[in-house]
Amino acid sequence: MELYLVILFVGALLAGLLGSLTGLGGGIIIVPLLTIGLGVDIKYAVGTSLVAVIATSSGAAVSYVKEGLTNFRIGMFLETATTVGAICGAALAAVISSWSLMIVFGVLLLYSSFNSFKNRKQEFLSVKEQGIKEDSFAEKLKLDGTYPVSPGNNISYHASHIGGGYLMMILAGILSGLLGIGSGAFKVIAMDTIMKLPFKVSSATSNFMIGVTAAASAGVYLSRGYIDPVLSMMVVLGVLLGSMTGARVLMRSNTKILKVVFSIVILLLGIEMIRNGILDIIR
Amino acid sequence: MKTDEMKKDERFRMMISNVLRLGVSLSAILIVIGGVLFFIQNPNSVFDYSTFKSEPSKLKDFVIIVRNAFSFRGRAVIQLGILILIATPFLRVLFSLIGFAIEKDRIYVFITGIVLVILSFSLFG
Repeated sequence: MELYLVILFVGALLAGLLGSLTGLGGGIIIVPLLTIGLGVDIKYAVGTSLVAVIATSSGAAVSYVKEGLTNFRIGMFLETATTVGAICGAALAAVISSWSLMIVFGVLLLYSSFNSFKNRKQEFLSVKEQGIKEDSFAEKLKLDGTYPVSPGNNISYHASHIGGGYLMMILAGILSGLLGIGSGAFKVIAMDTIMKLPFKVSSATSNFMIGVTAAASAGVYLSRGYIDPVLSMMVVLGVLLGSMTGARVLMRSNTKILKVVFSIVILLLGIEMIRNGILDIIR
Repeated sequence: MKTDEMKKDERFRMMISNVLRLGVSLSAILIVIGGVLFFIQNPNSVFDYSTFKSEPSKLKDFVIIVRNAFSFRGRAVIQLGILILIATPFLRVLFSLIGFAIEKDRIYVFITGIVLVILSFSLFG
């Protein structure tokens, strides 16, 4: 019994650490840990992982928001896209075959993983260095901001391609409504790759947003009896400790290393999605 | 950015950060207390989650969870902690709305309002 609880706690700690560092949430570790590692039924695993994602998001955001890494205007603006997407996704679940989406999004993840790894050394340039012209839309929505690269040294950044980012966020929302997973990866990709935000800002803002998406469905899962107090207890405590540690680590870490970690994690996530998609066809 | 605006921004950030900290701490404290109570009340519990049996209704219904938590039933106290954790992101959105309203940022009061409406819709609809 003790061993069971220790495995849960340590696994959750790692999930919180990795989830807060990459902006992906902790679900990608919690679900396989519970189902494959501990033989837990998938329904309990899904319920527990939702709780874990909320804990990762809120635990890390305490520091990210305070230090100014999270851009909560961008977060709030894009949440209109993810929440609408999530509702559409849940409605589409009956109509669309999920295997095709899993394969399409899986391939997209592989591509992003490759891209993120390739650009790992690219330093972020401030607005001035890039010579960006004024953009009335980003200005009206006050999406541009600054973030601390070291204590007392803030760099200004600009949100580009807002339309493209918004569209990607709708897709991320549809995906989370449809499959319940992986939306964190597409949130980071939307902000980092499309909107050209600094990686740490993308990761912290994605981390901030996933809590809301997960909380929206957690209530339903709780009332369906998917959330067990004893399972969740160890997971929440582990994840909170992990995500608060992760938030501290992120502020001090080198973006290059974070990008490599991110690209490895989404590579595995992509492979897993494609595998699930193919299994779905065979079945 | 003007310094005045930066100060306002910092106050806003501190408020949101504190809301999150409060929710997370309260939830963690309840979960720890509930966990200790649970192991005292059920010292020989066996964990088996290999088949889904759905939680009993006393751990699904909000009113019953709160009532049992106040009579120190271990699992109900944990579940109350989890409910507070789930509520934290909503509170964060709600407090953002208040923050934007104080800053008289009409566009963001509107945007946050939309998010809040959609969230309530997905929660209760």
